[in-house]
Amino acid sequence: MPVITYREAVARALREGLTEDAGMFIMGEDVGAYGGAYAVTRGMLKEFGPRRIVDAPLSEAAIVGACTGAAMGGLHPVAEIMTINFTLVAMDQIVNHAAKIRYMSGGQYHAPLILRTVTGGGAQLASTHSQSFEHWFASVPGLKVVTPATPYDALGLFRAVREEEDPVLFIEHILLYSARGEVPDERYTVPIGKADVKRKGDDITIVAYSRMTPVALAAAQALEAEDIDCEVIDLRSLRPWDKETVLESVKRTGLGLVVEETWRTGGFGAEVASTIQEEAFDYLDGPVGRVAGEEVPMPYNRALEQAAIPSPEKVAAGVRKALNR
Amino acid sequence: MITSYKIVEHLDKKALHSYYRQMVLIRTFEERAGEQYMLGKIRGFLHLYIGEEAIAVGAMASLKPQDYVVTHYRDHGHALAKGIGAKEVMAELFGKATGTTKGMGGSMHIFDRSHNFAGGYAIVGGQLPIAVGLGLGASYRQEDRIVLCFLGDGALQEGAFHEAMNMAAIWKLPVLFLCENNLYGMGVPVSESLAKKDIYKLADAYDMPSLQVDGMDVLAMREVTQEVADRIRSGNGPYFIEAKTYRFRGHSMADPSVYRTKVEEERWHMKDPIAAYKEWLLEHHFAMEAELAAMDLSVEKEMEEAVKFAEESPNPTASALYENVYAK
Ligand SMILES: Cc1ncc(C[n+]2csc(CCOP(=O)(O)OP(=O)(O)O)c2C)c(N)n1
Ligand SMILES: [Mg+2]
Repeated sequence: MPVITYREAVARALREGLTEDAGMFIMGEDVGAYGGAYAVTRGMLKEFGPRRIVDAPLSEAAIVGACTGAAMGGLHPVAEIMTINFTLVAMDQIVNHAAKIRYMSGGQYHAPLILRTVTGGGAQLASTHSQSFEHWFASVPGLKVVTPATPYDALGLFRAVREEEDPVLFIEHILLYSARGEVPDERYTVPIGKADVKRKGDDITIVAYSRMTPVALAAAQALEAEDIDCEVIDLRSLRPWDKETVLESVKRTGLGLVVEETWRTGGFGAEVASTIQEEAFDYLDGPVGRVAGEEVPMPYNRALEQAAIPSPEKVAAGVRKALNR
Repeated sequence: MITSYKIVEHLDKKALHSYYRQMVLIRTFEERAGEQYMLGKIRGFLHLYIGEEAIAVGAMASLKPQDYVVTHYRDHGHALAKGIGAKEVMAELFGKATGTTKGMGGSMHIFDRSHNFAGGYAIVGGQLPIAVGLGLGASYRQEDRIVLCFLGDGALQEGAFHEAMNMAAIWKLPVLFLCENNLYGMGVPVSESLAKKDIYKLADAYDMPSLQVDGMDVLAMREVTQEVADRIRSGNGPYFIEAKTYRFRGHSMADPSVYRTKVEEERWHMKDPIAAYKEWLLEHHFAMEAELAAMDLSVEKEMEEAVKFAEESPNPTASALYENVYAK
């Protein structure tokens, strides 16, 4: 099977969308001549022209709002917000408007807007540029949220997102763009709201998403040497999220550990952990563990930044604790 | 735009020389920073101020020490011009405990309270309302203090700009908005991202006085900001200045600048603010070649020391991770 990067997978998904869907266009900051801050849209301005690849002013609120309006009017916009940190400037348009259109209009209008953005830390960009907010959006009825961790899932999920009739946040991770993975030439889709068991195991269920998936897999790999057999589930979607797959796994392993990059308080891991204890309590051999980011604004200094983000070592420690080892 | 300088009558040779040295200092600092970035000593985003030095130096010369400066992420030049030590700024870029924010903020977030440098802000437009608030504080407490707020042309496109301009204007706050119009916000020309052709006229929407100045001309910057700062200081409310300039390097170290033409770049290099000022100083006999060369040399030395200082400084300790999230 051909191997491509995460960046190439997203670019392929976008090209496919632009080619197959005449109503689709990309609007964002520096998506055109610059080629996208993370080089995802490189070359697309030449291929599709300035009507489809729209360099927008530095106006996040208006980018999301204009794409919402265009979606209400029957188009299929892909709004690119350079990083998730800047979605805060557009929060009102996303949460108060895009998310509410269908419900608030009694179903008369809807906004099939795709909002692509980039989450995560680890690139030493310091506190304003290293945050993970996907769980905030995942708590908003009216929005859907997907967080692919592999090239395969990025392409497959984007295809599914294109079928949606409501706003979806498609959230990429800053450190995953060069990650490589197999992607078949044949058409496939990855359904929204379906988790993926990235590794089978019997001793404990590790639940992760986005870049924490490869981090959890690295931990699982390392723990083999200690004869610990981890199952690793990649949620892939945060809203809706696939509790069935998680519950089925935890019922089998008897232990759960949730890993996420964002701050622990109010993190998505809290949602997963509480759902597990609510619905699989009798199957648990111990409390559901959590590994999350340190509760600090992200520091610039490399060692401190590394200390703030969950690592395979921290995940492994979480596993050992859950197993009383 | 200004071409002959009234201000020169009020300046001595020492001041004229100091502008030269400061510009060279900023340029050399940025060159060293770029090199250290390539060596992997500096990480994250690094936005160089090369080409725009005359703005920071000319504007800052009309400030009093108690005046606040707030700015964006392209902030090293502003920090150095406000008098913050090159060692401390370089150490910050290295993420060291001796840096301006002890390695916590990095290049885009320089702060130094002892110099009333109230921050580099990396969310475009984010610094503007904060500048308004600092101005509000100064006005509330009737302090002799103004706020110099730098912004890029890109910030004009954010809602925060318009909200801040309006607020500063209705409350007549002591804020000098200084827009560095370097013609691009990342890869997009301002002509394609802003409906207003003459940026400074945006201030008309708020009945705020404004002007345009050649940002490649340190004396013009000096003259204009002195007049404007005096005016603000005497209680006449905010002012907006558009300084026309050009960044000689890419947006950040990650940017190959494919969206600009060589012709355009060369045209602006001809207006190099340092070369032009040097020529002016020599031509008007305010300096001799040897004096300028001596300054160049002393800057070189200062930068060598700054890099050495940054290199040899300790990293923050692990416990720093949890410091300063709250007072307690
Ligand atoms: C709200 C927000 N949107 C986008 C960005 C990414 N970004 C950083 S700098 C920049 C361009 C800003 O251009 P300008 O204000 O003209 O300043 P210059 O870099 O030219 O000095 C962009 C888009 C950001 N930091 N914040
Ligand atoms: Mg600019």
